[in-house]
Formats: sequence, structure tokens, C-alpha cells
Amino acid sequence: MVTIRATTAAAVADAVRDACDRGRTLEVVGTGTRRGYGRPVAADDVLNVGGMAGVVDYDPAELVLTARPGTPIADIAMLAAAHGQHIAFEPPDLAPLWGGAAGSGTLGGTLALGLGGPRRPFAGAPRDHFLGFAAVNGLGEQFSAGGKVIKNVTGYDLPKLMAGSLGTLAILTEVTIKMLPAPRATATLAWAGLDAAAAFVLMTQALGTSAAITGAAHIPARAGPATTRLRLAGIPVAVKAGIAALGSLLSVFGPAARIDDADAFWRDIGGVHAFADDADLVWRVSLPPSQAVAFVTALGPDDARWLFDWGGGLVWVMQRADDDIGRVRRALTATGGDGHATLVRARDAVRRAVPPFQPLAPTLAALTARVRARFDPSGTLNPGRIEP
Amino acid sequence: MLAHPCLVKMPCPNPVTLTDCAAIVRGLRGIVGDDVIDDPAELAAYASDGLTAYSQLPLAVVLPRTTADVAAVLRFCHDGQIKVVPRGSGTSLSGGALPLADGIVLGLGRFNRILEVDLDNRCAVVQPGVTNLAISAAVAADGFYYAPDPSSQIACSIGGNVAENAGGVHCLKYGMTTNNLLGVELVLMTGDVVRLGGRGLDGPGYDLLGIVCGSEGLLGIVTEVTVRLLPRPESQRALLLGFPTMTAAAGCVAAIIGDGIIPAAIEIMDRPAIAAAEAFVHAGYPLDVDALMIVEVDGPPAEVDYLIAEIDALALAAGASTVRASASDVERTLFWAGRKAAFPAVGRIASDYYCVDGTIPRRTLPAVLTAITAIAAAKGLTVANVFHAGDGNLHPLILYDGDQPGQLEAAEAVGAAILEECVRVGGVLTGEHGVGVEKRDLMIRQFTATDLAQQTRLKCAFDDRNLLNPGKVFPELCRCAEMGRVHVHRGATRFPELPRF
Repeated sequence: MVTIRATTAAAVADAVRDACDRGRTLEVVGTGTRRGYGRPVAADDVLNVGGMAGVVDYDPAELVLTARPGTPIADIAMLAAAHGQHIAFEPPDLAPLWGGAAGSGTLGGTLALGLGGPRRPFAGAPRDHFLGFAAVNGLGEQFSAGGKVIKNVTGYDLPKLMAGSLGTLAILTEVTIKMLPAPRATATLAWAGLDAAAAFVLMTQALGTSAAITGAAHIPARAGPATTRLRLAGIPVAVKAGIAALGSLLSVFGPAARIDDADAFWRDIGGVHAFADDADLVWRVSLPPSQAVAFVTALGPDDARWLFDWGGGLVWVMQRADDDIGRVRRALTATGGDGHATLVRARDAVRRAVPPFQPLAPTLAALTARVRARFDPSGTLNPGRIEP
Repeated sequence: MLAHPCLVKMPCPNPVTLTDCAAIVRGLRGIVGDDVIDDPAELAAYASDGLTAYSQLPLAVVLPRTTADVAAVLRFCHDGQIKVVPRGSGTSLSGGALPLADGIVLGLGRFNRILEVDLDNRCAVVQPGVTNLAISAAVAADGFYYAPDPSSQIACSIGGNVAENAGGVHCLKYGMTTNNLLGVELVLMTGDVVRLGGRGLDGPGYDLLGIVCGSEGLLGIVTEVTVRLLPRPESQRALLLGFPTMTAAAGCVAAIIGDGIIPAAIEIMDRPAIAAAEAFVHAGYPLDVDALMIVEVDGPPAEVDYLIAEIDALALAAGASTVRASASDVERTLFWAGRKAAFPAVGRIASDYYCVDGTIPRRTLPAVLTAITAIAAAKGLTVANVFHAGDGNLHPLILYDGDQPGQLEAAEAVGAAILEECVRVGGVLTGEHGVGVEKRDLMIRQFTATDLAQQTRLKCAFDDRNLLNPGKVFPELCRCAEMGRVHVHRGATRFPELPRF
């Protein structure tokens, strides 16, 4: 196995063409902070594209930023903050789940995983902010799609397909994302002692109002009491109005504490940092919010730990490594089967034996394989990352 | 307006299909009974969509009622190599539903039921023929709505919105269809049925929902749609702003966004559009300005009032000569009346007009508008401009007289030159109307041959016989059996033996 470093799109294309010609496969890595996500890749060589970094263009008034994918997400956040903007899907700081440093990771890796943070139900996921790209497909061809403007329907919306495809379709060499103004004020309301069912009702009632909510999470009782939290963000008068409206609407759930600086709390929710310092299995379950309570009930009352984000639409589950690994997907099936569970963290051997991604219905799986073959016909890029 | 067959070439009709017409209609009747139209007089109703300069009678129209019927019709057409053009309400402005002489039109008008409103999950499950506005109407009493609001929302179907990734005046803040779509049931050309997404926020596997949305009917037929519902904003107010120059208006838009405000909508009209609209609806627009801007904000009243005051100050600083804030919903509606009537208003001052749809980086707006005026003047035509200024989406309306020989061709040439200018300054060919047949031959201005080859190869994964809506979006389709590298050498085309259309 050799490691090839490519720092330009042309070098990436050369490396892929060379691999094709020699019948070798490539694992594509940036800084490698998310290598533990998905199935372990079984490739002949490693193509390191982490050196393809740097912001190419950023015009805050256009709400658009173009950068090379190896640009650290932290650098972009800092640059945006200097202009009062942010990446609105709130990139989750997931690296610590796999033993990486907090705050590490690149823009390309964030898009390749395609996962949004606590703001996802309100502001969209990476897919919704991914406007255009240049890339190299599995044939070693450089191509681009999308655009560098915020409103565009010209051709297929390939940025959406690339988001979350884990480098199995093409290797990004330049990306353009939408940037948005950061809220001028933020406040978090916290209720203590609610059970899952009450927390779901609270969050659902709140999300049915036009209050400027950008976060809705619930952590059940464990060492401390359960906490159910809503984040409001916007201009100060909107936050104030939202707090007043929610306070009276939700008074039946008891008094709410107002927390003005809850950034760390939401960062920990997005990166599920409560589950980071542990060797156990971590699952990410996306489902219709109304099924969340039934799902955690079906999981059983014993030692599985869980928390709700997205008003219940996202349930993180931590399971002991020696526990029955089929339990989470069985509970999901018993709940109605509309959701899907991703095994986000487990030892390599476990992720080879148990599909980390929810198996697809046969017709959809066949379509998915055909889509992949039209980008990477010989399966050169990240073989096995999604499917064996 | 009369059909003008010479403008854009469609794929050559397959003579075998044309000869077999009667047998094909019999076969279709065997599947869906009487829900097949083949009488030429009745077919005429389907000959055009919203891009009325083009028309073509289809072989037949099929109006199925169930997903199983759609699947059976598609399987029949797949086996018989018969082309299929999907159609919702037929309001496309880019010719997406233009029929083919040797293809059937598959109309989804009978899929017109709202299947479920699910407020706990803030979504609605509807059939594709339901109109955009009907979804909002169904949930209005519960305080919710469906955010994307294309101007044709009273008529356009949600299935068509999905196919075109429809936008609207409020997508600056609320996004396009794709940002408000949770799931679809999709029938592939083979008759296989897949479900993409659902009531949760992220589906498993590749984001195929993301590419089906906006695929202009080339990948599959949507038979069920799940959309996100949002709580209806408590209040809305608008500002009517006049500027002595377009540069000042563009500067105001940049100042608002630079100040961290994302209004629900920012619309601009230029002087010819203002004059036409004011003469038509008497909205009280100032006539002594080069640019008229409507800025709308929504949310709780305290927030709305605060933002109106802030934008008011920004507008004055940017040089606005007219600043009026709506004091009531009646007044706000009046502000909008002229903008919403801009197209018919322009239709009163010219016998025909042609609406263009490109997006540009906003910073290039004044220069692009100057270029548009010059492009049109060179052909002896004038242009009235309306645009979604917040996201840089232009809608130049080219005025012409279709009864004058050569004017339609001149208008189309002006439209093409405007879109090329959009691409040249870093923008794109279409912001919300779609490529369809209208901009198909301009795709090579925005994309390289390799870019287009990758996109057409993707179609092969869904439709390997290229039977679904061929002749739309792409100047040339990929021969799906070819899986090797694309060789483009010194501009040589890939498959010289294939017909180009």
C-alpha cells in the first residue's frame, strides 16, 4: 500500500486514472478525522487530498464561499464570524467520537458525511447549503456541477448527490457553499425533569409556533435530572418575543430557566460529546419525530443511553459493546419502520460484520448501485465504504 | 401564438412508433381502460405547456389513477421503446412538458388528493397533481403552510414543482422546493417503484431525492410527495422603495444582507416594468425612479416592526428617493399588486413577450442590466426587467411582436445572449424555470462536454433506454451501453453517428 498525495485537481485526476489503468483501488482521505465512519475501506492505496486547502473566494454580501475541500472547517467558521456570518447547518463536531481532536475536520469531510447539527431541522443540512463543486470521478475525469450562486436549477442538482456520498462517487476538488448571517442574539430555555413523552410534546408544541427556534433537544435523567432545551436565535426583539410566547404556551411543563450562553451545550449535542469518551457503540437514528418516544421505549429500559435532537427527529443511542447489536434496528422496525439507523462508531471488525448503514430495499439498492457505477464504474474510489 | 417548429429541434420521431400508433393506444387501453386520449381535437389541449411558442401533438395522452397504473404504463412503454413525457398542470415556462410526436404524455392530473396532514411531524403527504396552493389551504386553519410559492401556485402541481425544483418570491428565506421536500414515491421507466426519503429529515443511502428534485421529468415519475410544513408567520410587512439609479438599488440589497438581515423577499423592477405595472393596476408606484424595490419581512410583530425600521434607514442611506412602509395588510397587498401583475402588465404594452430566467452574482447586477439593454437594442427590441433581487434571479421580459416576421427569432436570440451574459459573469442559465427545451442548446455555454457526459450518464442509471422526456435539458443524451471514458478531442463529438438534436 502506498500513500499518494495530491494537492491539485489535475494531480487527483492523474492519480485516479493511474489507479484505473493499473487496476488498483484508492481510499480517499483528507485529514482522516472521519475515517471511522462507515465500513472500513479495503483499498490498495491511499489518496491523500488533505493538502488541497484554502478559501478561493468569499464575498459575504453574495452569501457564497468557494474553497478547496481540505480547508479546516474551523478556519471557515472564523473567517465567516469576522463578517457576521456562519455555516447555517451547524457542522457537528464529530471527530471526538472517533478519537480525534475537538474542532478538527475539513469542509470536504463535512460535506462527504453530509450530516447537519442541531440547526438542521430549521436551516437545512449540508445538502441544502452545497451549491456547486468541481470533482474528479472514478474515471479520472474532472467535471463540475451546480454553480456559484444561491439560486440555480441548471442541470441535475449533483451537489445534493455528492453530500453524504463518502467519496464513493467522485473526489471533490473545489466546493461552493452558501453562507448566511449569524444570529445577533441567542438564548436557550431549559426545563428540568421531563420524561421522553412530555419532552416530545413540549418540543412539538414549540415547533408548531413561529418562534425563532434553532434547536430542540432532550437528555433523559441519568446522573443528573432530565433536561429539555429550546434554543432561540435571531435579532434581540425576536428572541425576546419568542421567550415570552413560549414561556406562556409551555407553562404546564413547569418554569423554564433562561441560559444566555449555551453554545457549549449545543456543540456537545451536535457532536454527541456525551458519548465521546467511551468505547461503546454509537448509533444515529433518523426518524419521524412522532416515533421517537415509541422507539426509545422499544429499546427497553436497561442500560442503553440515548438523547433526542431535532425535536425528536434524531435519536442518538449508545449501547454497550457486548450488548445485542441487533437491538437498535429491531426497535426501529417495531416502531413503524420509517426511520433508519446508522452505526456511527464501532470497532472495525464490528463495522465489517454489521452494515453501518441501514440496508436499503432491493429496488433502491439496485438503483443506488447503478448510480455509483455511472460515476465510478470500476469501483476505484473508497471501495466498501458504504456497501461490501 | 402559433407553433414555431423550426426553433428547437426535437429528437427524430421513430417511424416504427408512429406506424404502430393504433396498436400502442390499444395496449394502453388494455392497462388503464378509457383513461387514454388519442382524438386529435382532445390531444390539442396537451400540445403546449407554459412555453407556448412550442407545440406538438403527442401520440396519445394517458391519465392514470394509481401508482400501479403508472408502473404498468411505464413498463409497457419500456418494453415497446415508447417515449414518455410526464406532465403535471402544464405550467412549465421552459417547455418541460412539451410532447413528442412519437411519445405519449403521461398526465398526473388525476392524482389530486391530499393523503395525510401530519402535524406532529410537520409534514403533508399528497398526490403529485395537488396544486401548490391547495397544500397551504389544507393546513391554514392549523396555522401552517407550505413555503415555496411559485407565481403560478394557484394552478401548478406539486409534482411539477418537484420536477422543476420550483422557487418563488420567498425562496431567499425559505428555500426552493428541494429544501422543503421530505420524500417521494418514484416510478422508474422499468415500472419499478422506489421510495426516496420519508417523514424524517435525512433518508438512508445516497441523496437520490436531491437529484430527482429538479430533474425535469428525466429520471422517473413521482406518484406521491411528502412536503415539510412550516408554522405560518404571525405577521408580514413590506417596504416600497424607489431609487434614482439601479446601482443605488443594488447597493441597498447588498447593505440589507450585509447587515445580517435575510428578508422574506426582495424584488426589484426597472423603469419600463414600473411604468407598465402602474398603468395596469395603479398601485401608486413612483414613476420618477429607475428602480423600484419591494422588501417583505415576516415573523412576530415586534421583529417585523424592528426590521422595517432598520431597512428603512438602510434604504435612505443607500439613496432611496421613495420609502413607504405598509401600515396594513391591504397596503402590503397593494405594494405587491403591481409586481405580481408585471407579466400581464407587460403583455398590455407589447403584443408578445418572452420571459428569461437567469441568475447572476448580485454584485454584477448594474452591469448586467446595462448589457441586457444593449443586447436587446442591437436587435431593435426593448426589455422590461423584474427580478428576485435577493438571490440575483433575473426575469428580463423581452417585448416583441410575433406577427412581425423574424421578431420571435430575434427575441429568442436576445434571450440566449442574455443567458450567455449571465454565465459569463459567473451566473447560471436558469434560477427557477428549468432548462427544458428552451435553454437546452445553451447548456454547452455553462458546462463542458465532460460535465454534461457525467450528467447524462446519471440518467442512464434511472432510464437506460433514454425514453423519459428525451430532448429536454441535454443537447445530446449518452448512449447508455457505453461505459468507458469520454473522449473529446479538439471539439470532436462523442458519437458522431448519433443524431444531435
